[in-house]
Amino acid sequence: MNDTWLDILIGNGLVIAILLVVLLSLAAVLIWLERRLLGIWQDRLGPNRVGPLGIGQVLADMIKIFTKEDWIPPFADRAVFILAPTIVVITMLLAFAVVPFAPGIGISDLNIGLLFFLAMSSLAAYSVMLAGYSSNNKYALIGGLRAAAQTVSYEVFMGLALMGVVILAGSFNMREIVQAQAANGWYIVPQFFGFVVFLIAGIAESHRLPFDLPEAEHEIVAGFHTEYSGMKFGLFFIGEYLGVILISAIITTLFFGGWLGPWLPPLVWFCLKTLVFICFFVLLRAAIPRPRYDQLMSFGWKVMLPLALVNLMVTGAVVLVQEG
Amino acid sequence: MLEALKAVQSQLVTLWTVIQHTFSRADTVEYPEQKPYTPPRYRARIVLTRDPDGEERCVACNLCAAACPVDCIALQKAEDDDGRWYAEWFRINFSRCIVCGLCEEACPTYAIQLTPDFEYCEYNRQNMVYEKEDLLISGPGKYHDYNFYRLAGKSVHGKDKGEAYREERPIDVKSLMP
Repeated sequence: MNDTWLDILIGNGLVIAILLVVLLSLAAVLIWLERRLLGIWQDRLGPNRVGPLGIGQVLADMIKIFTKEDWIPPFADRAVFILAPTIVVITMLLAFAVVPFAPGIGISDLNIGLLFFLAMSSLAAYSVMLAGYSSNNKYALIGGLRAAAQTVSYEVFMGLALMGVVILAGSFNMREIVQAQAANGWYIVPQFFGFVVFLIAGIAESHRLPFDLPEAEHEIVAGFHTEYSGMKFGLFFIGEYLGVILISAIITTLFFGGWLGPWLPPLVWFCLKTLVFICFFVLLRAAIPRPRYDQLMSFGWKVMLPLALVNLMVTGAVVLVQEG
Repeated sequence: MLEALKAVQSQLVTLWTVIQHTFSRADTVEYPEQKPYTPPRYRARIVLTRDPDGEERCVACNLCAAACPVDCIALQKAEDDDGRWYAEWFRINFSRCIVCGLCEEACPTYAIQLTPDFEYCEYNRQNMVYEKEDLLISGPGKYHDYNFYRLAGKSVHGKDKGEAYREERPIDVKSLMP
Protein backbone atom coordinates (compact mmCIF):
# COMPACT_ATOMS: atom_id res chain seq x y z
CA MET A 1 0.00 0.00 0.00
CA ASN A 2 2.04 2.91 -1.24
CA ASP A 3 -0.78 4.96 -2.76
CA THR A 4 -0.15 8.65 -3.03
CA TRP A 5 -2.77 10.96 -1.59
CA LEU A 6 -3.91 11.69 -5.15
CA ASP A 7 -4.65 8.01 -5.79
CA ILE A 8 -6.65 7.83 -2.61
CA LEU A 9 -8.53 10.99 -3.50
CA ILE A 10 -9.40 9.76 -7.01
CA GLY A 11 -10.26 6.27 -5.79
CA ASN A 12 -12.46 7.58 -3.02
CA GLY A 13 -14.01 10.15 -5.32
CA LEU A 14 -14.94 7.43 -7.78
CA VAL A 15 -16.50 5.25 -5.08
CA ILE A 16 -18.40 8.23 -3.70
CA ALA A 17 -19.67 9.22 -7.14
CA ILE A 18 -20.81 5.68 -7.97
CA LEU A 19 -22.43 5.30 -4.57
CA LEU A 20 -24.23 8.63 -4.93
CA VAL A 21 -25.66 7.70 -8.33
CA VAL A 22 -26.62 4.19 -7.22
CA LEU A 23 -28.26 5.32 -3.96
CA LEU A 24 -30.25 8.17 -5.46
CA SER A 25 -31.53 6.07 -8.35
CA LEU A 26 -32.24 3.20 -5.93
CA ALA A 27 -34.27 5.57 -3.78
CA ALA A 28 -36.30 6.46 -6.88
CA VAL A 29 -36.71 2.81 -7.89
CA LEU A 30 -37.91 2.03 -4.37
CA ILE A 31 -41.00 4.15 -5.01
CA TRP A 32 -41.91 1.76 -7.83
CA LEU A 33 -40.86 -1.33 -5.84
CA GLU A 34 -42.95 -0.28 -2.88
CA ARG A 35 -46.02 0.39 -5.01
CA ARG A 36 -45.70 -2.92 -6.83
CA LEU A 37 -45.15 -4.90 -3.62
CA LEU A 38 -48.05 -3.18 -1.89
CA GLY A 39 -50.14 -4.04 -4.94
CA ILE A 40 -49.17 -7.70 -4.75
CA TRP A 41 -49.87 -7.92 -1.03
CA GLN A 42 -53.18 -6.12 -1.32
CA ASP A 43 -54.29 -8.34 -4.24
CA ARG A 44 -53.97 -5.50 -6.75
CA LEU A 45 -51.68 -5.08 -9.74
CA GLY A 46 -49.93 -1.81 -8.93
CA PRO A 47 -48.33 0.46 -11.53
CA ASN A 48 -47.59 -1.74 -14.58
CA ARG A 49 -48.24 0.50 -17.57
CA VAL A 50 -45.09 2.54 -18.19
CA GLY A 51 -42.35 0.36 -19.62
CA PRO A 52 -41.68 -3.30 -18.77
CA LEU A 53 -43.31 -4.21 -15.43
CA GLY A 54 -44.09 -0.52 -15.01
CA ILE A 55 -40.50 0.37 -14.17
CA GLY A 56 -40.84 3.48 -16.35
CA GLN A 57 -43.13 4.81 -13.64
CA VAL A 58 -39.95 5.88 -11.86
CA LEU A 59 -39.04 8.16 -14.77
CA ALA A 60 -42.58 9.49 -15.06
CA ASP A 61 -42.70 10.25 -11.34
CA MET A 62 -39.36 12.03 -11.53
CA ILE A 63 -40.39 14.16 -14.49
CA LYS A 64 -43.57 15.03 -12.64
CA ILE A 65 -41.88 16.01 -9.40
CA PHE A 66 -39.18 18.06 -11.18
CA THR A 67 -41.68 20.07 -13.18
CA LYS A 68 -44.13 20.72 -10.38
CA GLU A 69 -44.56 24.20 -9.02
CA ASP A 70 -42.15 24.68 -6.14
CA TRP A 71 -44.18 26.92 -3.89
CA ILE A 72 -43.01 28.56 -0.70
CA PRO A 73 -45.89 29.79 1.43
CA PRO A 74 -45.65 33.53 2.21
CA PHE A 75 -46.20 32.87 5.92
CA ALA A 76 -43.31 30.37 6.16
CA ASP A 77 -39.87 31.05 7.62
CA ARG A 78 -38.23 31.13 4.20
CA ALA A 79 -34.58 30.29 4.98
CA VAL A 80 -35.36 27.40 7.35
CA PHE A 81 -38.13 26.19 5.05
CA ILE A 82 -35.65 25.77 2.21
CA LEU A 83 -32.91 24.35 4.43
CA ALA A 84 -35.02 21.68 6.17
CA PRO A 85 -35.50 19.12 3.35
CA THR A 86 -31.80 19.13 2.46
CA ILE A 87 -30.75 18.07 5.96
CA VAL A 88 -32.40 14.66 5.81
CA VAL A 89 -30.85 13.80 2.43
CA ILE A 90 -27.40 15.05 3.42
CA THR A 91 -27.30 13.21 6.75
CA MET A 92 -28.65 9.98 5.26
CA LEU A 93 -26.09 10.08 2.44
CA LEU A 94 -23.30 10.88 4.91
CA ALA A 95 -24.28 7.90 7.04
CA PHE A 96 -23.62 5.61 4.07
CA ALA A 97 -19.96 6.60 4.31
CA VAL A 98 -19.38 4.06 7.08
CA VAL A 99 -21.34 1.16 5.58
CA PRO A 100 -18.97 -1.65 4.53
CA PHE A 101 -20.48 -2.96 1.30
CA ALA A 102 -17.85 -5.60 0.64
CA PRO A 103 -14.17 -6.13 1.41
CA GLY A 104 -12.41 -3.15 -0.13
CA ILE A 105 -15.67 -1.44 -1.16
CA GLY A 106 -16.78 1.37 1.09
CA ILE A 107 -15.99 5.01 1.56
CA SER A 108 -14.61 5.31 5.06
CA ASP A 109 -13.18 2.75 7.46
CA LEU A 110 -14.05 4.90 10.45
CA ASN A 111 -13.10 3.39 13.80
CA ILE A 112 -16.23 4.89 15.40
CA GLY A 113 -18.43 4.02 12.43
CA LEU A 114 -21.38 2.88 14.49
CA LEU A 115 -21.41 6.09 16.53
CA PHE A 116 -21.18 8.09 13.31
CA PHE A 117 -24.24 6.28 11.95
CA LEU A 118 -26.19 6.95 15.17
CA ALA A 119 -25.17 10.61 15.11
CA MET A 120 -26.24 11.06 11.50
CA SER A 121 -29.58 9.35 11.97
CA SER A 122 -30.22 11.63 14.97
CA LEU A 123 -29.36 14.72 12.96
CA ALA A 124 -31.96 13.72 10.40
CA ALA A 125 -34.57 14.50 13.04
CA TYR A 126 -33.70 18.18 12.68
CA SER A 127 -34.96 18.08 9.12
CA VAL A 128 -38.42 17.01 10.20
CA MET A 129 -38.56 19.31 13.21
CA LEU A 130 -37.39 22.38 11.32
CA ALA A 131 -39.78 21.61 8.47
CA GLY A 132 -42.66 21.42 10.92
CA TYR A 133 -41.59 24.58 12.68
CA SER A 134 -40.82 26.75 9.65
CA SER A 135 -44.01 25.86 7.78
CA ASN A 136 -45.99 27.97 10.26
CA ASN A 137 -48.91 25.60 9.95
CA LYS A 138 -50.57 23.86 12.86
CA TYR A 139 -50.60 20.41 11.28
CA ALA A 140 -46.96 20.73 10.29
CA LEU A 141 -46.11 21.83 13.82
CA ILE A 142 -47.94 18.85 15.33
CA GLY A 143 -46.06 16.59 12.93
CA GLY A 144 -42.75 18.19 13.86
CA LEU A 145 -43.51 17.87 17.57
CA ARG A 146 -44.42 14.23 17.17
CA ALA A 147 -41.22 13.63 15.22
CA ALA A 148 -39.16 15.26 17.95
CA ALA A 149 -40.77 13.26 20.75
CA GLN A 150 -40.64 10.02 18.76
CA THR A 151 -36.97 10.49 17.90
CA VAL A 152 -36.00 11.34 21.47
CA SER A 153 -37.78 8.24 22.77
CA TYR A 154 -36.62 5.77 20.15
CA GLU A 155 -33.07 7.06 19.83
CA VAL A 156 -32.35 6.01 23.41
CA PHE A 157 -32.77 2.30 22.95
CA MET A 158 -31.71 2.34 19.30
CA GLY A 159 -28.19 3.04 20.53
CA LEU A 160 -28.51 0.71 23.52
CA ALA A 161 -29.66 -2.17 21.31
CA LEU A 162 -26.48 -1.89 19.27
CA MET A 163 -24.21 -1.91 22.31
CA GLY A 164 -24.72 -5.66 22.64
CA VAL A 165 -23.16 -6.08 19.20
CA VAL A 166 -20.33 -3.75 20.18
CA ILE A 167 -19.65 -5.77 23.34
CA LEU A 168 -19.50 -9.01 21.36
CA ALA A 169 -17.36 -7.63 18.55
CA GLY A 170 -15.25 -5.38 20.77
CA SER A 171 -15.28 -2.62 18.18
CA PHE A 172 -17.29 0.30 16.85
CA ASN A 173 -15.82 -0.28 13.41
CA MET A 174 -18.41 -1.74 11.04
CA ARG A 175 -15.81 -3.66 9.04
CA GLU A 176 -14.40 -5.27 12.17
CA ILE A 177 -17.92 -6.14 13.34
CA VAL A 178 -18.50 -8.06 10.08
CA GLN A 179 -15.14 -9.78 10.41
CA ALA A 180 -15.99 -10.75 13.99
CA GLN A 181 -19.18 -12.34 12.64
CA ALA A 182 -17.10 -14.34 10.16
CA ALA A 183 -15.33 -15.87 13.16
CA ASN A 184 -18.24 -16.22 15.62
CA GLY A 185 -21.36 -16.59 13.44
CA TRP A 186 -24.00 -14.00 12.68
CA TYR A 187 -25.04 -11.84 15.62
CA ILE A 188 -28.74 -12.43 14.94
CA VAL A 189 -28.40 -15.53 17.15
CA PRO A 190 -26.73 -14.14 20.31
CA GLN A 191 -28.27 -10.69 19.83
CA PHE A 192 -31.80 -11.64 18.81
CA PHE A 193 -33.46 -9.18 21.20
CA GLY A 194 -30.98 -6.51 20.23
CA PHE A 195 -32.01 -7.11 16.61
CA VAL A 196 -35.72 -6.86 17.40
CA VAL A 197 -35.29 -3.64 19.37
CA PHE A 198 -33.06 -2.12 16.71
CA LEU A 199 -35.45 -3.08 13.93
CA ILE A 200 -38.39 -1.43 15.68
CA ALA A 201 -36.34 1.65 16.55
CA GLY A 202 -35.11 1.78 12.97
CA ILE A 203 -38.66 1.83 11.63
CA ALA A 204 -39.46 4.65 14.03
CA GLU A 205 -36.30 6.52 13.06
CA SER A 206 -37.06 6.44 9.35
CA HIS A 207 -40.70 7.43 10.04
CA ARG A 208 -42.04 4.45 8.16
CA LEU A 209 -45.35 2.79 8.78
CA PRO A 210 -46.51 1.68 11.28
CA PHE A 211 -44.58 4.43 13.08
CA ASP A 212 -45.19 7.26 10.61
CA LEU A 213 -47.03 9.41 13.13
CA PRO A 214 -45.13 12.60 12.18
CA GLU A 215 -46.83 12.49 8.79
CA ALA A 216 -49.97 10.49 9.61
CA GLU A 217 -52.14 11.39 6.63
CA HIS A 218 -55.37 10.35 8.30
CA GLU A 219 -54.98 12.64 11.28
CA ILE A 220 -52.77 15.63 10.47
CA VAL A 221 -53.03 16.10 6.67
CA ALA A 222 -49.41 15.26 5.78
CA GLY A 223 -47.71 16.21 9.02
CA PHE A 224 -44.42 18.01 8.77
CA HIS A 225 -44.41 18.25 4.95
CA THR A 226 -47.95 19.60 4.60
CA GLU A 227 -46.72 22.85 3.06
CA TYR A 228 -44.04 21.32 0.85
CA SER A 229 -44.40 20.78 -2.86
CA GLY A 230 -42.28 20.02 -5.90
CA MET A 231 -38.70 18.96 -5.43
CA LYS A 232 -38.58 19.99 -1.74
CA PHE A 233 -41.24 17.41 -1.08
CA GLY A 234 -39.26 15.09 -3.34
CA LEU A 235 -36.22 15.53 -1.10
CA PHE A 236 -38.21 14.43 1.95
CA PHE A 237 -39.37 11.44 -0.05
CA ILE A 238 -35.85 10.53 -1.15
CA GLY A 239 -34.62 11.05 2.40
CA GLU A 240 -37.24 8.63 3.69
CA TYR A 241 -36.27 5.96 1.18
CA LEU A 242 -32.58 6.54 1.82
CA GLY A 243 -33.38 6.00 5.50
CA VAL A 244 -35.04 2.70 4.66
CA ILE A 245 -32.01 1.59 2.62
CA LEU A 246 -29.66 2.77 5.37
CA ILE A 247 -31.46 0.95 8.20
CA SER A 248 -31.65 -2.20 6.06
CA ALA A 249 -27.94 -1.97 5.26
CA ILE A 250 -27.05 -1.44 8.94
CA ILE A 251 -29.21 -4.37 10.04
CA THR A 252 -27.49 -6.52 7.41
CA THR A 253 -24.07 -5.39 8.55
CA LEU A 254 -24.58 -5.73 12.28
CA PHE A 255 -26.82 -8.78 12.61
CA PHE A 256 -26.72 -10.74 9.35
CA GLY A 257 -23.04 -10.88 8.60
CA GLY A 258 -22.81 -8.09 6.04
CA TRP A 259 -21.15 -9.40 2.90
CA LEU A 260 -20.54 -12.90 4.30
CA GLY A 261 -22.05 -15.81 2.42
CA PRO A 262 -21.09 -18.77 0.26
CA TRP A 263 -20.74 -19.02 -3.58
CA LEU A 264 -21.89 -15.54 -4.58
CA PRO A 265 -19.57 -12.49 -4.58
CA PRO A 266 -19.61 -10.51 -1.31
CA LEU A 267 -21.23 -7.42 -2.81
CA VAL A 268 -24.12 -9.50 -4.18
CA TRP A 269 -24.70 -11.05 -0.77
CA PHE A 270 -24.77 -7.63 0.84
CA CYS A 271 -27.25 -6.27 -1.71
CA LEU A 272 -29.48 -9.35 -1.47
CA LYS A 273 -29.67 -9.20 2.32
CA THR A 274 -30.36 -5.49 2.23
CA LEU A 275 -33.09 -6.00 -0.37
CA VAL A 276 -34.81 -8.54 1.87
CA PHE A 277 -35.00 -5.97 4.66
CA ILE A 278 -36.23 -3.26 2.31
CA CYS A 279 -39.03 -5.62 1.27
CA PHE A 280 -39.72 -6.30 4.95
CA PHE A 281 -40.18 -2.56 5.50
CA VAL A 282 -42.76 -2.54 2.70
CA LEU A 283 -44.43 -5.61 4.17
CA LEU A 284 -44.82 -3.80 7.49
CA ARG A 285 -46.53 -0.96 5.66
CA ALA A 286 -48.86 -3.40 3.92
CA ALA A 287 -49.76 -5.34 7.05
CA ILE A 288 -49.67 -3.37 10.28
CA PRO A 289 -51.88 -0.41 11.20
CA ARG A 290 -50.54 2.71 12.85
CA PRO A 291 -50.71 2.81 16.67
CA ARG A 292 -52.12 5.73 18.65
CA TYR A 293 -49.54 8.29 19.73
CA ASP A 294 -49.65 7.47 23.46
CA GLN A 295 -49.40 3.76 22.58
CA LEU A 296 -46.27 4.52 20.58
CA MET A 297 -44.73 6.38 23.51
CA SER A 298 -45.61 3.87 26.21
CA PHE A 299 -44.45 1.02 23.95
CA GLY A 300 -41.10 2.72 23.53
CA TRP A 301 -40.46 3.61 27.15
CA LYS A 302 -42.15 0.70 28.94
CA VAL A 303 -41.33 -2.24 26.64
CA MET A 304 -38.48 -1.47 24.31
CA LEU A 305 -36.21 0.42 26.70
CA PRO A 306 -36.29 -2.24 29.46
CA LEU A 307 -35.81 -4.95 26.83
CA ALA A 308 -32.76 -3.16 25.43
CA LEU A 309 -31.32 -2.66 28.92
CA VAL A 310 -31.84 -6.29 29.94
CA ASN A 311 -30.31 -7.44 26.65
CA LEU A 312 -27.30 -5.20 27.23
CA MET A 313 -26.77 -6.41 30.82
CA VAL A 314 -27.14 -10.10 29.98
CA THR A 315 -24.76 -9.76 27.03
CA GLY A 316 -22.24 -7.96 29.19
CA ALA A 317 -22.52 -10.58 31.94
CA VAL A 318 -22.11 -13.48 29.49
CA VAL A 319 -19.05 -11.88 27.90
CA LEU A 320 -17.54 -11.22 31.34
CA VAL A 321 -18.07 -14.84 32.44
CA GLN A 322 -16.64 -16.21 29.19
CA GLU A 323 -13.54 -14.10 29.46
CA GLY A 324 -13.41 -15.18 33.12
CA MET B 1 -46.52 -11.23 30.20
CA LEU B 2 -49.03 -13.56 28.53
CA GLU B 3 -50.79 -10.50 27.14
CA ALA B 4 -47.55 -9.24 25.64
CA LEU B 5 -46.78 -12.59 24.03
CA LYS B 6 -50.28 -12.69 22.58
CA ALA B 7 -49.77 -9.21 21.14
CA VAL B 8 -46.49 -10.25 19.53
CA GLN B 9 -48.09 -13.40 18.14
CA SER B 10 -50.95 -11.34 16.72
CA GLN B 11 -48.52 -9.10 14.83
CA LEU B 12 -46.56 -12.05 13.48
CA VAL B 13 -49.75 -13.78 12.32
CA THR B 14 -50.72 -10.55 10.54
CA LEU B 15 -47.38 -10.41 8.74
CA TRP B 16 -47.62 -14.07 7.75
CA THR B 17 -51.15 -13.66 6.42
CA VAL B 18 -50.08 -10.74 4.25
CA ILE B 19 -47.03 -12.64 2.96
CA GLN B 20 -49.33 -15.46 1.85
CA HIS B 21 -51.09 -12.96 -0.41
CA THR B 22 -47.94 -12.90 -2.56
CA PHE B 23 -49.29 -15.99 -4.26
CA SER B 24 -52.97 -15.06 -4.52
CA ARG B 25 -54.41 -13.69 -7.73
CA ALA B 26 -55.13 -9.98 -8.07
CA ASP B 27 -58.80 -9.14 -7.64
CA THR B 28 -58.55 -6.17 -9.97
CA VAL B 29 -58.54 -6.30 -13.80
CA GLU B 30 -56.60 -4.27 -16.36
CA TYR B 31 -59.49 -2.01 -17.09
CA PRO B 32 -59.48 -0.50 -20.57
CA GLU B 33 -58.40 -3.77 -22.20
CA GLN B 34 -60.26 -6.07 -19.85
CA LYS B 35 -63.79 -4.87 -19.22
CA PRO B 36 -65.52 -5.99 -16.06
CA TYR B 37 -68.90 -7.68 -16.53
CA THR B 38 -71.81 -5.37 -15.79
CA PRO B 39 -75.16 -7.12 -15.32
CA PRO B 40 -78.05 -5.92 -17.53
CA ARG B 41 -79.67 -4.16 -14.57
CA TYR B 42 -76.42 -2.51 -13.45
CA ARG B 43 -77.13 1.12 -12.54
CA ALA B 44 -74.91 3.82 -14.01
CA ARG B 45 -75.71 6.31 -16.82
CA ILE B 46 -79.21 7.79 -16.63
CA VAL B 47 -81.68 7.63 -19.53
CA LEU B 48 -85.26 8.76 -20.08
CA THR B 49 -87.45 5.97 -21.43
CA ARG B 50 -90.63 5.94 -23.51
CA ASP B 51 -93.82 3.98 -22.92
CA PRO B 52 -94.81 1.09 -25.28
CA ASP B 53 -96.71 3.56 -27.49
CA GLY B 54 -93.52 5.54 -28.05
CA GLU B 55 -94.58 8.53 -25.95
CA GLU B 56 -92.33 10.07 -23.33
CA ARG B 57 -92.93 8.59 -19.92
CA CYS B 58 -91.69 11.62 -18.02
CA VAL B 59 -94.50 13.70 -16.54
CA ALA B 60 -92.20 16.45 -15.20
CA CYS B 61 -93.25 15.87 -11.60
CA ASN B 62 -89.82 17.04 -10.35
CA LEU B 63 -89.54 14.18 -7.83
CA CYS B 64 -86.19 13.08 -9.30
CA ALA B 65 -84.80 16.58 -9.03
CA ALA B 66 -86.02 16.77 -5.42
CA ALA B 67 -84.55 13.37 -4.56
CA CYS B 68 -81.17 14.03 -6.17
CA PRO B 69 -78.65 14.54 -3.33
CA VAL B 70 -76.23 16.48 -5.54
CA ASP B 71 -78.85 18.52 -7.37
CA CYS B 72 -77.65 17.48 -10.80
CA ILE B 73 -81.14 17.18 -12.35
CA ALA B 74 -83.02 20.23 -13.61
CA LEU B 75 -86.23 20.33 -15.65
CA GLN B 76 -89.14 22.55 -16.62
CA LYS B 77 -92.74 21.38 -16.66
CA ALA B 78 -94.99 22.07 -19.63
CA GLU B 79 -98.50 20.93 -20.56
CA ASP B 80 -99.63 19.85 -24.00
CA ASP B 81 -103.04 20.25 -25.63
CA ASP B 82 -104.22 16.86 -24.30
CA GLY B 83 -103.63 17.97 -20.71
CA ARG B 84 -100.58 15.78 -20.40
CA TRP B 85 -97.57 17.06 -18.51
CA TYR B 86 -94.18 16.76 -20.11
CA ALA B 87 -90.72 18.19 -19.59
CA GLU B 88 -90.08 21.28 -21.68
CA TRP B 89 -86.41 20.73 -21.09
CA PHE B 90 -84.65 18.15 -18.98
CA ARG B 91 -81.00 18.46 -18.06
CA ILE B 92 -78.63 16.18 -16.10
CA ASN B 93 -75.15 17.32 -15.22
CA PHE B 94 -73.22 14.05 -15.23
CA SER B 95 -70.10 15.69 -13.85
CA ARG B 96 -72.02 15.97 -10.57
CA CYS B 97 -74.06 12.77 -10.76
CA ILE B 98 -72.98 10.17 -8.20
CA VAL B 99 -75.04 7.33 -9.74
CA CYS B 100 -76.86 6.75 -6.44
CA GLY B 101 -80.08 5.74 -8.21
CA LEU B 102 -82.38 7.79 -5.94
CA CYS B 103 -83.92 9.49 -9.00
CA GLU B 104 -84.88 6.10 -10.41
CA GLU B 105 -86.46 5.13 -7.08
CA ALA B 106 -88.33 8.40 -6.85
CA CYS B 107 -89.73 8.28 -10.38
CA PRO B 108 -93.48 7.42 -10.30
CA THR B 109 -93.65 6.57 -14.02
CA TYR B 110 -90.46 4.51 -14.56
CA ALA B 111 -89.34 7.27 -16.92
CA ILE B 112 -85.89 7.82 -15.46
CA GLN B 113 -83.78 4.66 -15.45
CA LEU B 114 -80.13 3.79 -14.92
CA THR B 115 -78.26 1.76 -17.55
CA PRO B 116 -75.08 -0.38 -17.40
CA ASP B 117 -73.01 2.15 -19.36
CA PHE B 118 -70.53 3.75 -16.99
CA GLU B 119 -68.00 5.12 -19.47
CA TYR B 120 -68.87 8.73 -20.19
CA CYS B 121 -65.63 10.66 -19.92
CA GLU B 122 -65.22 13.92 -21.81
CA TYR B 123 -62.34 16.28 -22.37
CA ASN B 124 -64.66 19.28 -22.18
CA ARG B 125 -66.60 19.57 -18.96
CA GLN B 126 -69.58 21.17 -20.66
CA ASN B 127 -70.04 17.97 -22.67
CA MET B 128 -70.98 16.20 -19.44
CA VAL B 129 -74.23 18.15 -19.33
CA TYR B 130 -76.83 16.00 -21.10
CA GLU B 131 -79.97 17.62 -22.51
CA LYS B 132 -83.34 15.94 -22.96
CA GLU B 133 -82.60 14.80 -26.51
CA ASP B 134 -79.36 13.18 -25.29
CA LEU B 135 -81.16 11.40 -22.49
CA LEU B 136 -84.23 10.13 -24.31
CA ILE B 137 -84.02 6.60 -25.69
CA SER B 138 -86.48 5.00 -28.10
CA GLY B 139 -87.41 2.00 -25.95
CA PRO B 140 -89.23 1.29 -22.69
CA GLY B 141 -86.10 0.27 -20.73
CA LYS B 142 -86.54 -2.33 -18.00
CA TYR B 143 -90.37 -2.26 -17.87
CA HIS B 144 -91.66 -3.27 -21.32
CA ASP B 145 -95.43 -3.08 -20.83
CA TYR B 146 -95.74 -0.24 -18.39
CA ASN B 147 -97.75 2.72 -19.60
CA PHE B 148 -98.37 5.31 -16.93
CA TYR B 149 -101.28 7.11 -18.64
CA ARG B 150 -103.22 3.89 -19.12
CA LEU B 151 -102.92 3.13 -15.40
CA ALA B 152 -103.21 6.56 -13.84
CA GLY B 153 -106.56 8.09 -12.93
CA LYS B 154 -105.80 11.48 -14.40
CA SER B 155 -108.05 12.40 -17.30
CA VAL B 156 -106.37 13.43 -20.49
CA HIS B 157 -107.63 13.85 -23.98
CA GLY B 158 -108.86 10.50 -25.28
CA LYS B 159 -109.11 8.89 -21.85
CA ASP B 160 -111.62 10.13 -19.35
CA LYS B 161 -111.93 9.35 -15.64
CA GLY B 162 -112.61 5.68 -15.05
CA GLU B 163 -111.36 4.54 -18.44
CA ALA B 164 -107.93 3.58 -17.30
CA TYR B 165 -106.83 -0.02 -17.04
CA ARG B 166 -108.38 -1.77 -14.00
CA GLU B 167 -110.07 1.46 -12.93
CA GLU B 168 -113.67 1.65 -11.63
CA ARG B 169 -116.04 4.38 -12.71
CA PRO B 170 -115.87 7.34 -10.29
CA ILE B 171 -118.47 7.26 -7.50
CA ASP B 172 -120.99 10.05 -7.49
CA VAL B 173 -120.76 11.08 -3.83
CA LYS B 174 -123.94 13.15 -4.03
CA SER B 175 -126.09 10.17 -5.02
CA LEU B 176 -127.50 7.52 -2.65
CA MET B 177 -127.74 4.91 -5.38
CA PRO B 178 -125.27 2.01 -5.19
